Amino acid sequence: MDWLDNVWTTVAAFFAWIPWTWQTASFFTFIACLLIGMTLWELRSPGGAPRRGVLALDTTRGDRLFISLLGSAFIHLAWLGFFGTPLWGAVILSIVFALAVFRWL
Amino acid sequence: MDAKTENQRGWLYVLPVVVLVACNAVIPLMAVVNYSVQETFGNNVFFFEGVKWFQQVLHSERFHAALLRQLAFTGIILVIEVPLGVAIALAMPRRGPWVSVCLVLMALPLLIPWNVVGAMWNIFALPDIGMLGRLLNGLGLNYNYTQQPFSAWATLIAMDVWHWTSLVVLLAYAGLSSIPDAYYQAAKIDGASSWAVFRYIQLPKMKRVLTIAVLLRFMDSFNIYTEPFVLTGGGPGNSTTLLSIDLVKIALGQFDLGPAAAMSIIYFLIILALSWIFYTVMTRGEGQS
Repeated sequence: MDWLDNVWTTVAAFFAWIPWTWQTASFFTFIACLLIGMTLWELRSPGGAPRRGVLALDTTRGDRLFISLLGSAFIHLAWLGFFGTPLWGAVILSIVFALAVFRWL
Repeated sequence: MDAKTENQRGWLYVLPVVVLVACNAVIPLMAVVNYSVQETFGNNVFFFEGVKWFQQVLHSERFHAALLRQLAFTGIILVIEVPLGVAIALAMPRRGPWVSVCLVLMALPLLIPWNVVGAMWNIFALPDIGMLGRLLNGLGLNYNYTQQPFSAWATLIAMDVWHWTSLVVLLAYAGLSSIPDAYYQAAKIDGASSWAVFRYIQLPKMKRVLTIAVLLRFMDSFNIYTEPFVLTGGGPGNSTTLLSIDLVKIALGQFDLGPAAAMSIIYFLIILALSWIFYTVMTRGEGQS
């Protein structure tokens, strides 16, 4: 189908226009895998309805992922601002933060 | 089984929006993330720099100052525009021929393009030929927004309040119009004061539209560029250089793509986090009711 080829060419041109590095490609692949993983988790074991956690917030699984990612971004920025590189400490803190969010928030 | 089928069909309805958001938000964001970790000297040649630009922005006094100015600007206009908008909406008639007149008058500032608003206020507030500038100086005030930071800030805030309070008014008015008369009749029978009617009937009923109003005004004012750029150009000195103006100076004025991209991402994360906090705080407990 011609129109499908055109769409594909346009999308491919969009992506080719971006100056990719393997680090940034890995980052976006990780985010995509997280989203796919969350979808599969919901399909396999439905339970994404809002629940009330320790902060008395009603959050779904998606909300908790969003909070984990946003919090991790700020943890990395704070680590970078205060301690500089390497960022392994920030990575460990972010994982702990995400686990805490999914368990208790 | 039927419910499951309907849910699956729902994904197809959402698909066009997903494609649109992917094209106008996600793909450009991907490009910015890539720029933020690289350096370029032109010719589309890039060198990987890691998180150097983020570190540079985080330690930049210029960025801290612009961020503080941005937070101050947004805080001030929210504190003025939201209560003022609600007060005007409360004072507007609910029935009769004046309703249309008031609504049209309120909508007028919103119809004016942002750069025109900046140009209007630029001329209106000039100390030598502008109506406002001449009036204030005639009253004995030492006012010159082109040279005094305080005057520049006052003019900037007055311009934003003039331009955007109408949005809060229209949203609050829509919230007030949706309250059935029975509520007011019940309050009258109970002998409720005007304050009690506002506190226990009107304010709770306006909560949802006010949440939208606060979020829209927060995001718009945090992203504001055109009006202050046309009015003051970020001056005098750097006194009205908000984050967006500073970002454009770095990205287009100095052509420092890497630092500008890193700054964009930090800017975006701050807006995202503050918007989420506003939304969460304002909608907290709605699930219970």
